[in-house]
Amino acid sequence: MTATIARRLLAAIPVLFGLSVIVFLMIALIPGDPATAILGSYATPENVARLNASLGLDKSLPQQYLAWISGVLTGDFGRSYALNRPVIDIVMERFSATLLLAGASLLLATVFGLLAGIVSAVRQFGFADKAITLAVLIGISVPSFWLGLLLILFFAVRIKLFPASGMVAIYGGGGPLDILHHLVLPAITLALVATGVIARLTRTAMLEVLRQDYIRTARAKGLSERRVIFRHAFMAALVSVIPVIGIQAGFVLGGAVYVETVFQWPGIGAMLVNAISQRDILLVQGGVLVVAASYVLFNLLADVCQTLLDPRLK
Amino acid sequence: MTSAATTSDTKAQTTARERRERPSTFALILNNRLAAAGLVVLGLIVVTALAAPILPLADPNATDPASRLAPLFSENHLLGTDALGRDMLSRLVWGTRVSLVVGFSASLIAALFGSAIGLTAGYAGGRTDQILMRLIDLMMAFPYILLALAIVAILGPGLVNALYAIAIVNVPFFARNIRGITVGLARREFVDAARLSGKGPLRILWSDILPNVLPTIVITLSTTVGWMILETAGLSFLGLGAQPPQADLGSMLGDGRKVMFTAPTISLVPGLMIFLIVMSINLIGDGIRDALDPRLRSGASARPSFRTRVAKGRETPAGDTGRQPGKASGSVHPPLPAGISPTRGEIDRTETSAAADLPPCGGDARQGRGGSSRSDKDDQSVHPTLAVRGLETQFHIGQSVYRASNGVDLTIRPGECLGLVGESGSGKSVTAMSIMGLVPSPPGVIAGGRIGFKGEDLTDASNARIRQLRGGAVSHVFQDPLATLHPLFSVGDQIVEAIRAHQSLSTREADAKARDLLDLVRVPNAAQRMKALPHELSGGLRQRVSIAMALANDPELIIADEPTTALDVTVQAEVLRLLDGLRRDRNTAVLFITHDFGVVSEIADRVAVMYAGRIVETGPTAEILTRPAHPYTRMLIDCVPVMGEPGRRLDAVPGRPPAVNRLPAGCAFADRCPRVESDCRRGEIPLEEKRGNLEARCLHPLEAGEALSGDVRTAATTSDGTPRHGRSA
Repeated sequence: MTATIARRLLAAIPVLFGLSVIVFLMIALIPGDPATAILGSYATPENVARLNASLGLDKSLPQQYLAWISGVLTGDFGRSYALNRPVIDIVMERFSATLLLAGASLLLATVFGLLAGIVSAVRQFGFADKAITLAVLIGISVPSFWLGLLLILFFAVRIKLFPASGMVAIYGGGGPLDILHHLVLPAITLALVATGVIARLTRTAMLEVLRQDYIRTARAKGLSERRVIFRHAFMAALVSVIPVIGIQAGFVLGGAVYVETVFQWPGIGAMLVNAISQRDILLVQGGVLVVAASYVLFNLLADVCQTLLDPRLK
Repeated sequence: MTSAATTSDTKAQTTARERRERPSTFALILNNRLAAAGLVVLGLIVVTALAAPILPLADPNATDPASRLAPLFSENHLLGTDALGRDMLSRLVWGTRVSLVVGFSASLIAALFGSAIGLTAGYAGGRTDQILMRLIDLMMAFPYILLALAIVAILGPGLVNALYAIAIVNVPFFARNIRGITVGLARREFVDAARLSGKGPLRILWSDILPNVLPTIVITLSTTVGWMILETAGLSFLGLGAQPPQADLGSMLGDGRKVMFTAPTISLVPGLMIFLIVMSINLIGDGIRDALDPRLRSGASARPSFRTRVAKGRETPAGDTGRQPGKASGSVHPPLPAGISPTRGEIDRTETSAAADLPPCGGDARQGRGGSSRSDKDDQSVHPTLAVRGLETQFHIGQSVYRASNGVDLTIRPGECLGLVGESGSGKSVTAMSIMGLVPSPPGVIAGGRIGFKGEDLTDASNARIRQLRGGAVSHVFQDPLATLHPLFSVGDQIVEAIRAHQSLSTREADAKARDLLDLVRVPNAAQRMKALPHELSGGLRQRVSIAMALANDPELIIADEPTTALDVTVQAEVLRLLDGLRRDRNTAVLFITHDFGVVSEIADRVAVMYAGRIVETGPTAEILTRPAHPYTRMLIDCVPVMGEPGRRLDAVPGRPPAVNRLPAGCAFADRCPRVESDCRRGEIPLEEKRGNLEARCLHPLEAGEALSGDVRTAATTSDGTPRHGRSA
């Protein structure tokens, strides 16, 4: 088991390396003069020169990469010129808020997606199946930035049940309950699409498994229908659903950009949007690298879970 | 002449009917009400957007501070005005136009580049393929929207840059799908032929491969267009796409957000439009996907259910399900002539010790049957374990009714083994699976008949009762143990589960019992094997595990559905001997389904031969094997290889059985029967006693020992009463 996990970890290293190269190339790919793009057209020549020196733009690309990656590995992502702070500080601050939001959403999406998929498959062509299928279709077609506004208008403005924005109350907030209260609407908004996708694929996987001979065997043994569905069928279906959950982690991390903007959640997505508007390229670079790397690690986790569940994959 | 004309007529009719039953792809999409609705909605939106310049709309950019934030349905402004007093309806139509153009352009760009990459990688193979696909994988290692953001960060905000960003992040979906198809195509003969004819790779890709890949491109497009429209709108919403004064639906929504609390409709209306576009595209995409799915096309998608549906108000034959009708009062099991089960004899010689406690079947078995004498079993006072009467199991698919089991009677007494034989598709498995309601419903329906188990009619039994019997008094052994055992649970777990479903034992007790069962079915190292997963065992061991599971709760009836078919010959013999010995020791009734008369001869006391959903012949095994009355049985027996007769023809029965949704009048075997006469096609033929203990559904049965041949009489004389199938050692 340890060997399997170690093997998967090793396999992730080239992917992480590739990611870092692409993120590094962001600056080289900027059309025109990167320093001007980063500092803006009103930058003083001294500042441009200083930035060029610190980025090492006069050296060859491999040399630049080496300098950059050794900085990254020691936690030096450079400095945000718009905020005049080290990139690593801002990114880590923001990333924890995003992780909370994305984690809560993925949890919601997994639980409700699996449940809806199971019910839908067991009641194939029945009323519940049709209702869930339609709900899923609506769920994956709704723009999350629009749904967020609808939820704010109804739950925050009309019935004043949940706050409209932020992560903590401005006055006297900050406890876990306060954060949870603020988390409800954005988490639901962000979870919707992932829930739909997971439900859809769970349904397909369950239908596939329920047709298998070993399900007939389970029924022929005289097991209760609940045991047949939730143990025999679901466990087998889960093997093919877990990678989907892993991929959804990426959609949730990315979709956080919209939801954080709508709900003014102080996460990395909202930060990235501002940084892009302000051409704060180093901040964008750091943010993208951290989120992408965490996505790779999450997929690794899904991979390991899948192997644990299905020993045939070893 | 006339009969030939009618057959060709009916054939023409059936093909026409088949054609009508298989609608075209487009008809299927339209049939799907949701997809059709999506098509209508999207069509309306696209037409309106295209017609924007000629529609009587206000200038979308004309500001009018005097009438800013007008509500819905106000004069001159059906959808009101925005914060600058611009007409919302006009802006909505023009914004939709921009969004659609950007979304579709991004899709086409992604499709173009993605397909080009996929085609190149798939066709070139080797290193090119590896490098391209690694790059694609790397792109997919980024969270989708994040990569788009990074691209916008490089290129700078703007509608065209957003378009490029969304197109680029969608390239991998196309590249992967197209590559997959191309790899398969590049190895096909027609591509080789094109290559040999001197065509260059570009021409081959263009004229030979692309046409075959096009459907995949269309499907990928239909599933990604919605996403791309949504994501371009999203980038505009974030302020990274369309820049003022240019506006698409996303930027309208983003602008409207600023006055969300005072005038919510300004942001909600463009959002609703995005939703309608994406939803209708997704509905159409689903319709396309469903229409191309062959399983849905044939209409045969089995819904898994706990139990086969039993039709209400079904016809049930009168007569006692617990007792055999008086007709078979004669000796059902006549003594088997000596030397008739020689295969058994061979086994006896080679493995004397094993054979000592495993008496051979048939007549010789009487001594070994642990005290239960033959007369015991024949006695009419002994209730049969299983008495199926007039069973009608049908498949209702679309408008057709397939009569898989068409009035079947079966009787099995305690300790008896009935072999149910027939070609695949004859309905033998469906008949057997109907007993415990294991035929999937829909499409399966038990439309008539009774299933008597020890006097109780199972078609009337409650679900709880069925569950209690399953794996308890009635257990199953299925064909392929790799498919029928759960792949993720250890075999020990699965046996323990079977035990605990019916006995309230502690885990430890059940564990010990499972080990004993594995010992009983002679699995070596039972204690260790408990932890093994099915795929870690050999085929023979797996089937032993299945048998152990079937024995877990001392069943009175074992339904074995081709339990040896998936095994190789030596293992087959071992498993058969094991099953045979166990049922004798425990006096268990066995329904043994097989298509192999060789197997039947080794285990069954009596045989029932099925054809097109009906029993066509039944009787004692020896009688059927040596002197069958039905020509079909004869032909089936002739298919079995016989040791020492290498020159014997081993052809399968020529022709195919009739489709059970269009059964002919009269004998269903008539079209394949060498003895067919005109009266065979006239009407229902009853299952009648032909001679001795044989019952057959045939108007022109074979005489005892008669062989099937062009000249019946010579065949009969040459065989001279010696059974052709005789396997004398």
